[in-house]
Amino acid sequence: MRTLLAIALGLFVYHAAIGQQCQEALYGQVLDFHDQTPLVGATVYILEIDRAVLTDFEGRYRIEGVCHGSYEVEVSHRLCRTLIFKVEILGNTQRDFQMEHHLEELEEVQVVGDLLPDISNTAQEQRLSTQTLENYSSGTLGDALREISGVSTLKTGSNIVKPAINGLTGSRVLILNDGVRMQDMEWGDEHAPNIDINSADQVSVIKGAAALKYAGDAIGGLVVIERERVAIADSLYGKTLMTLMSNGWGGNVSTELTRTFESGWYLNGQASFKRLGDREAPDYVLSNTGMQDLGLSFHAGKRLINQGWDFDYSYYQADIAILRASHIGNVDDLIESINSGTPSVIEPFTYELGVPRQEVAHHLGKFNYYLRIPGLGKWTAQYDFQNNRRFEYDVRVGADRDKPAIDLELTTHTLMTDFTWDASSNLEVQAGILGRYQNNFANPDTGVRRLIPDYDKYEFGTFLIGEYRLNENWLFDAGIRYDFSRIDALKFYRTSRWEERGYDEDFPEFIIEDLGTQLLTNPVFDFHNFSGSAGVRFSLDADSEIRANYALGQRPPNPSELFSDGLHHSAARIELGDLRIDSETSHRISIAYNRSGERWGLTLEPYLNFIQDFILLEPTGAEFTIRGAFPVWSYRQTDARLAGVDLSGYYQWGPQWQSRHHFSLTKGNDLDQDEPLINMPAPITRNSIAFRKAEWNGFEASLESTYVFRQNEAPPNIFVFSPAEQELVELEINTPPPAYHLLTLRAGMDFSLSEKLVLNTGIAVENLANTNYREYLNRNRYFADDMGRNIILQLKLYY
Amino acid sequence: MKTIQFLSLFAFAGLVLTSCSDDDPEPVNEEEVITTMTITLVPQGGGTAVQLQSRDLDGDGPEPPVITVSGNFNARTVYDGRIVLLNETETPPDNITLEVEEEADEHQFFYSIGASLSATTEYSNFDGNGDPLGTQFTFSAGDESTGNLTFTLRHDLKKPNDGSLADAGGETDIAQTFPVGIE
Repeated sequence: MRTLLAIALGLFVYHAAIGQQCQEALYGQVLDFHDQTPLVGATVYILEIDRAVLTDFEGRYRIEGVCHGSYEVEVSHRLCRTLIFKVEILGNTQRDFQMEHHLEELEEVQVVGDLLPDISNTAQEQRLSTQTLENYSSGTLGDALREISGVSTLKTGSNIVKPAINGLTGSRVLILNDGVRMQDMEWGDEHAPNIDINSADQVSVIKGAAALKYAGDAIGGLVVIERERVAIADSLYGKTLMTLMSNGWGGNVSTELTRTFESGWYLNGQASFKRLGDREAPDYVLSNTGMQDLGLSFHAGKRLINQGWDFDYSYYQADIAILRASHIGNVDDLIESINSGTPSVIEPFTYELGVPRQEVAHHLGKFNYYLRIPGLGKWTAQYDFQNNRRFEYDVRVGADRDKPAIDLELTTHTLMTDFTWDASSNLEVQAGILGRYQNNFANPDTGVRRLIPDYDKYEFGTFLIGEYRLNENWLFDAGIRYDFSRIDALKFYRTSRWEERGYDEDFPEFIIEDLGTQLLTNPVFDFHNFSGSAGVRFSLDADSEIRANYALGQRPPNPSELFSDGLHHSAARIELGDLRIDSETSHRISIAYNRSGERWGLTLEPYLNFIQDFILLEPTGAEFTIRGAFPVWSYRQTDARLAGVDLSGYYQWGPQWQSRHHFSLTKGNDLDQDEPLINMPAPITRNSIAFRKAEWNGFEASLESTYVFRQNEAPPNIFVFSPAEQELVELEINTPPPAYHLLTLRAGMDFSLSEKLVLNTGIAVENLANTNYREYLNRNRYFADDMGRNIILQLKLYY
Repeated sequence: MKTIQFLSLFAFAGLVLTSCSDDDPEPVNEEEVITTMTITLVPQGGGTAVQLQSRDLDGDGPEPPVITVSGNFNARTVYDGRIVLLNETETPPDNITLEVEEEADEHQFFYSIGASLSATTEYSNFDGNGDPLGTQFTFSAGDESTGNLTFTLRHDLKKPNDGSLADAGGETDIAQTFPVGIE
């Protein structure tokens, strides 16, 4: 609008110059698009007459002796994208040009890793590059995230991998997939994120609930999955990855193609497929541990400086077989499994996926729009839709053999909008609101009582965050957030359970129908949660900085914590939620020292996370049924303290040799009971040495050692009555397995097949020494050893 | 124009939100539940039958099964045993024994006799392959003694097996122990 005015004004200065030599001038200012500050040293170049000038300290330029007519003017600046404007010169013409100054906002292709801005300025944040993600192309997101100090995984076998940040997992770790909060039943211990790792180009981990823009309940932290930025240029590129592995005798193939246009339009499609048979421990086949998954995604949109939109759709489908030997009948079978040391079922290798097995499918659709308002800021609005379907198949007989034991469908709609005021160069403020509706449907046709009931969930959230850049060295940020959530469930309780839990006294109003042996109830709970964060970043020099942050997070209980009730067949345990469970509150203080120099780098991240009313699930006893006794796992709340430190660093020993070091320690304590918390990761140290020689076709080789200490701090075992022994026996359900050491070898080379075609070949050997081991945070540790040696071949083709 | 796009999105979301009706869910018809196992042992040649029962009407609810033993066995007597399984959550109760006998090749009962009890058992009925099924059996009481008698029903097990639970594997449907006496 301003420009139009300028042109109109330019028409005032009008020399009658018909028939004269060209004497008109073009003049004006080159300004920053955001805050209208003048850009110094921008080049203004008129193509037709081949004349260029530079702008002065006030961003002004003037080109004399131009004829009238229409011209193309190219404006360039070293920090901005070069733009071409059409200019009509009629007499002396004033014309101001606006340029996009913030490179990161332009969302150019990031050729070098770390050009994207951090998501949080003052919290502990670490990032995985595309290359690291590609190394794990045939693995899972969780496996890749373990590369980051302080991230561990809670596994069920080798295929179901849930990331844990500083010892916290499940609903405490939010997974943000390209701006969309994943709603994939993350409350289950054996529910892995429904994400194809091949659809991610970059993954960041923010420890603690400091990223209030996205949520206030991420007490563990956030995993932020981002896609590659698309250039506003005419281009067509892609890559294809193929991985083959010996353990599981399978592999995966993934391919991606991107088309971009000068006009800002882009199209991107990606597909991947993975197939694995039974995995193998060093001494035996892990029967029924194969898997198959399929990921598809499609993105289209138009991205310009001042506005743009994106449409995204992705689909993920996985069939995962679960170790047959992990399906046990009752507590005696469990005791037998723990004592025997070998799985009860070992069969020859097969690609067949038997039972138990889970089949999940996740659809995600998103529409996003942004509008930049010059001199003010950026407005964004987004709607996303997610549908998650989960089937769990159990060992059943007869007519029910092929019927799932669990059939859940979770549908989520989210609408959110925010505004960022970034006109000022040292203050940025962002505010937004979010509304979400979620419905869970538990299909009764399974013939098995619902583990999770039907429910509707309504959420509303609003946040205000700001960052202030005092000077080149100091940056402060702070934010507050409020979240409302209402869960409205319809659940059948056995009358005996309802009374045993004491709900008949506390919640008689929930009962809507009495069916004799069971009650239909309608529990409705409202939660009001407040979260906040404040922090500071101080740059010591060009290479190093210190961050300090305090984050207050509040998380409402998830459906599993509230409503779980009954025998979880695949885990052979009775899980009991509690309707009295309320939100948990985390106070997390963290400091991060980070130096990334040419010769050496160091990241030191100590933290203290104090959680009031921490919700945990632990074995508490046994209940007897006609099938025998089952261990009971109950949810309860306590005050907990998690403290630890994550350490990582590297040293460049010479032009070719580099070593990397990681160490991570987490200590979790139950303050009420004065005992260790369950499922805290053991201390771990990972050290590697790498050799690189660019001249040998980019040859690279590394040897990595991972040493996992024994977790010496676990809650005590429980004693249960064994019907077979007819006496009270110790159930060694909490005894951690011994320490272990694994070696991984990797090597890779690049070949340029043609000007635009690069082939990268890689080989990796995981668990090189074929070591027998069991991991404390693997739920199958009672039944079988972990995976043995795995030789992986990878081909990557970039075009 | 953009405003219109967004208004329509809001409208769409609103439609989705309101279209979810609040129908009450139906209760699950539990199919594989066995609530009651009744074992009737009739002495060969006449006499008082012994009945062993385990009954757990709330399934995997908090209540433990109720175990009843009608009386003691007579020493040095052979009993014909018959096992009946019921699902009493349904009215009339569903006789699960029929299902087990229909799928005989996928099921088998095991009897374990506590070390202190002087008795032996033998299978009386078999599946189509001639492998033991065991809903019918004979119980031979020996000398006067007391001890535990455990009945285990497994499905999806290895058949034939060596008669031990460890070798048979499979999934446990029933595992109940009765304290019995022989006099």
